[in-house]
Amino acid sequence: MRGASILKANDDKTRQLNKQTLMAFSGEPGDTVQFAEYIQANIQLYSMRNGTDLSPYEVSSFVRSELAKSLRSRSPYTVNLLLSGYDPIKQKPELYWIDYLASSAPVPYAAHGYAQYYCLSILDKHHHPDISLEQGMKILRMCTDELKRRLPIDFKGVMVKIVDKEGVREEEYVDDKQVYAP
Amino acid sequence: MDTLVARYSRPSHQDPAYTSDDQQQALADVAPPLSLNFALPPVASSASWLRAMTDDASNPNCPIKIAHGTTTLAFRFKGGIIVATDSRATAGNWIASQTVKKVIEINSCLLGTMAGGAADCQYWLAYLGMQCRLHELRHKRRISVAAASKILANLVYSYKGMGLSMGTMCAGVTKEEGPALYYIDSDGTRLAGNLFCVGSGQTFAYGVLDAEYSYEMDDDTALELGRRSILAATHRDAYSGGFINLYHVKEEGWVKHGFNDTNPIFWNTKLTKGEFSNVTSELA
Repeated sequence: MRGASILKANDDKTRQLNKQTLMAFSGEPGDTVQFAEYIQANIQLYSMRNGTDLSPYEVSSFVRSELAKSLRSRSPYTVNLLLSGYDPIKQKPELYWIDYLASSAPVPYAAHGYAQYYCLSILDKHHHPDISLEQGMKILRMCTDELKRRLPIDFKGVMVKIVDKEGVREEEYVDDKQVYAP
Repeated sequence: MDTLVARYSRPSHQDPAYTSDDQQQALADVAPPLSLNFALPPVASSASWLRAMTDDASNPNCPIKIAHGTTTLAFRFKGGIIVATDSRATAGNWIASQTVKKVIEINSCLLGTMAGGAADCQYWLAYLGMQCRLHELRHKRRISVAAASKILANLVYSYKGMGLSMGTMCAGVTKEEGPALYYIDSDGTRLAGNLFCVGSGQTFAYGVLDAEYSYEMDDDTALELGRRSILAATHRDAYSGGFINLYHVKEEGWVKHGFNDTNPIFWNTKLTKGEFSNVTSELA
């Protein structure tokens, strides 16, 4: 958004850091992509130098320390992140909620911005640690429908990516149904 | 002109021709003054003066802290109307009370809910209760929900811009209207609808409620959904909490379904249904 126009409707607000970690970002335009690609380059450099990938926890520590450094500089990055990854040693998916003040928290589900207000209560109720992908997609549908129903802003579609032991892939997400408040 | 004046200055109960309740209310409004006359502070602009004295967000040292912050909800379904609220009152960051009754029993068929300024809501809903009783005595029949909600809407509209702060819902069942639900706020907005959540926790309640709401629910499902939606809001909104106050408004009148502490309800929901999986005892 620059002025009151949409510049691009299908912008990818994620960057893949290594085979099994994906970082989604939001915040100040300009800062977001700069910071995400800086992190991406460093994580990829680590993988090339050492022939092994950093685990999601290790990536989260690196990202957090970079944000903490930035926060105490003259022009901090204003970027909020969701860092997701699959840890092949623990054989577990992990999710980190990180904000521009460099707080980092491992969580089972997360959101940033206004979406938190609408979606977290749905996730509180419907999320269980052992649900299948189909059930997960159903909960996601409840969340996007609720945002369409109640958020005064139309965010024009969503992009869905799945991170699992196979790596990162984009999932097709049909989202053209109108939803009205009852 | 004189005939017109005569027609409208006659007590409305002598006029057999009125049809809608709104019209009937319009007639009743002419005769007695709508509200008492309050003294205003001796300053040029009472509205901006009040805002300066009470705006906690821009001035944390403001001399008057108004009790705010709430979650209230009400929805219509085939079995009547569910009304549910939390019970916390906050003044700034201070929890002033955990046992507030935010559902006002206007009469045996009419309920009002409180959100926004606690004093404003308490005072004006009590006043609405009085007006409803007077309507009953004058007209020998119970007031409609449409008319009751319009008394309140017209009243707060007459004070618009003078600092009233309230978001309320009027829920009731009458023979003429069936189950009826209205949202009224201090801007003067008055809306009829199937489902409303009001207060700082509204988004959290909407999240749970919208996902599973259906007009065709049975009574127990509806009561549980109302309770669960308030629980969701008390869990995520710092300004909501305390007890869950639950009412079911039916054709015969309202039925109270308890004033229950959220804490055991939360742990029961978590431990028996496995919800709230983000709450753990593990250290990060």
